[in-house]
Amino acid sequence: MSVDVPGASSWLSDGWVTTRRNVIKIKRVPDILVFTTLQPIMFVLLFSYVYAGSIDIPGSDYKEFIMAGIFAQTVVFGSTYSGSAMAQDLKEGIIDRFRTLPMSPSAVLIGRTNGDLLINALSMIVMILTGLAVGWRIRSSVVEALAAVALLLLFAYAFSWVMAFIGMSVRSPEVINNVSFLVLFPLTFISNAFVPTENLPTPLRVFAEYNPVSALVQAARELFGNVPPGTPVPDTWTQQNPVLTILIGIVVLLAIFVPLCVRKFARISSR
Amino acid sequence: MAALPTRHTKLTIDLVHHLTWFESCAVEEDVFLFYAKSGHADSSQLRISNPRQWAWETAGGSSAITVVLTSPFCKVGYLVYVQRMAFIEAHNLVKHYVPRGAPLVRALDGLSLSVPQATVTALLGPNGAGKTTAVKVLTTLIKPDSGTATINGMDVARQGDQIRRVIGVSGQYAAVDENLTGFENLDMVGRLYHLGAKTSRIRAKELIDLFELTEAQNRPVKGFSGGMRRRIDLAAALVINPQVLFLDEPTTGLDPRSRLGLWDIILRLVDQGTTVLLTTQYLEEADRLADDIAVIDQGKVIAQGTSDELKSSIGGQRVEISLVSDADSDQALAILRSVGSAAPEISSDRRTLSVTVDNGPSALRSVMARVEEQGIRLHDAGMQRPTLDDVFLRLTGHSASPTAKVETAS
Repeated sequence: MSVDVPGASSWLSDGWVTTRRNVIKIKRVPDILVFTTLQPIMFVLLFSYVYAGSIDIPGSDYKEFIMAGIFAQTVVFGSTYSGSAMAQDLKEGIIDRFRTLPMSPSAVLIGRTNGDLLINALSMIVMILTGLAVGWRIRSSVVEALAAVALLLLFAYAFSWVMAFIGMSVRSPEVINNVSFLVLFPLTFISNAFVPTENLPTPLRVFAEYNPVSALVQAARELFGNVPPGTPVPDTWTQQNPVLTILIGIVVLLAIFVPLCVRKFARISSR
Repeated sequence: MAALPTRHTKLTIDLVHHLTWFESCAVEEDVFLFYAKSGHADSSQLRISNPRQWAWETAGGSSAITVVLTSPFCKVGYLVYVQRMAFIEAHNLVKHYVPRGAPLVRALDGLSLSVPQATVTALLGPNGAGKTTAVKVLTTLIKPDSGTATINGMDVARQGDQIRRVIGVSGQYAAVDENLTGFENLDMVGRLYHLGAKTSRIRAKELIDLFELTEAQNRPVKGFSGGMRRRIDLAAALVINPQVLFLDEPTTGLDPRSRLGLWDIILRLVDQGTTVLLTTQYLEEADRLADDIAVIDQGKVIAQGTSDELKSSIGGQRVEISLVSDADSDQALAILRSVGSAAPEISSDRRTLSVTVDNGPSALRSVMARVEEQGIRLHDAGMQRPTLDDVFLRLTGHSASPTAKVETAS
């Protein structure tokens, strides 16, 4: 049996093989599907019915305000699978199997981050439908709305690479899960995702205004047309130019973490 | 196959180790002719190391050695390989680890190894001897701190890509995806070897059948027993017919039947030209499977040779007798002393006596004759060869078996 010499494009075909692996995993592990579909629905319902009456957004409806925040929070959490999954693969030793195969060293990571992308895309569809059902409306064009979805998914995709790197460095799926909750909950809550930042105490307000999650939320809000005209926008560059900020963020994260991940992957071994 | 003249004496040759004995080699149809250098035709030095592939015959006293192919897989190419070099070669490998809060661990401390083509070499040693680290270096998983290693002439540190196309690896822990079925795991591995979708499917199916996993093939591996996981992992190492197969403790966790089945599969691959490097803690496994055994301890190969060579290296056979009555022990001791090459040993109940001898059968005969003469009654008498465990104990000062290791470690 002869083995073909892998061409320069082997990362593409190998990446496809490993993506299939992760797609099968999504089908077989019900937890993932439940988490990615039911949790966003729950968030949308809780926020739009529990908080909507108590939080007043000038010139807007809280349901309209909150959706971009829930989208951003969900996709950022959705990217953490890559961290725990890489750690799990290391623990189970399957990384050693991959590393002794004549495959592209980036393929496992490509497949893994594609898996997150797929999960997040599923979540986005579910959330958009639920949002529309509870009264959220897209007040921009279809193109802008699609751009908003693309931006959210791309940012989360880039963040998956960061998590994959952390997963390979920390090596414990449990630690990854706990730490990402500890870091990401404050990061998503101390932002403009669920409340306007101007009412926050000063230290939190400053943090929230520079928080990249705030930029992501603001970008999505603008693109969905959920920022009523005349709403004050904090006077930081990232809040004034949220779409550009996120685009730069995506490029920078990928430029740093894709090579870092591939380098790391080529050296790691279970145990 | 050419018929052999019956006057030829069957002799045994270790082709690789003693290749330098031969001045030249010629091939006539299925027969290889080797011409020994002068001074090396002494038949007592020749020995078969891999009778599965070659039957060696030589005319007594002649310097020409005739090799008859006994396997249809054995082609001229193999001899070309053998003549060229060992298939796996490691030279002075060093790998240090610094575990958190612990002193430096010398996992490999100058390990050198040579594995001939189409043979099985066992790395035999206790836990922590460096076996797994050695396999990881040779399979391109980790880079050594110093030293070099080659697989078929390719450098493990620089030519990993090429090496990974020709090796199959099964590690100590079943490295399979729990969420995929047995079939999907093997199919994925085939695709990652770039066999193409169709060939990958066919090969996966073949291996599923070979490893008797047909019924479980469409269940996720998560629900497999330990032995079944192990088999899927081993199957994954055989998705290509690898030129080199690395097996790190392959039979750990297998029941005796699967173990025998695996041994069978390994030997068939070797017949087809695969070179196998396996690690094991089981002396029986090394004894049964391996053409060559490399005894490894504290990151070094401390002895390498065939099972027989290792056993004879620590002294020849022993004659052991057990007495009906300990009243005869002094007389018996005197008899053993007279035939032994070292002082005889006696058990604490003074009824089991043994002595190392140079020539087992003749020593046993003379012991029996004198025992008879003096009317000593015996329960049992016999010859014993040293076991690999004796070898291990002698070489390292500690036993190789895992249980004994725990005792010495505590």
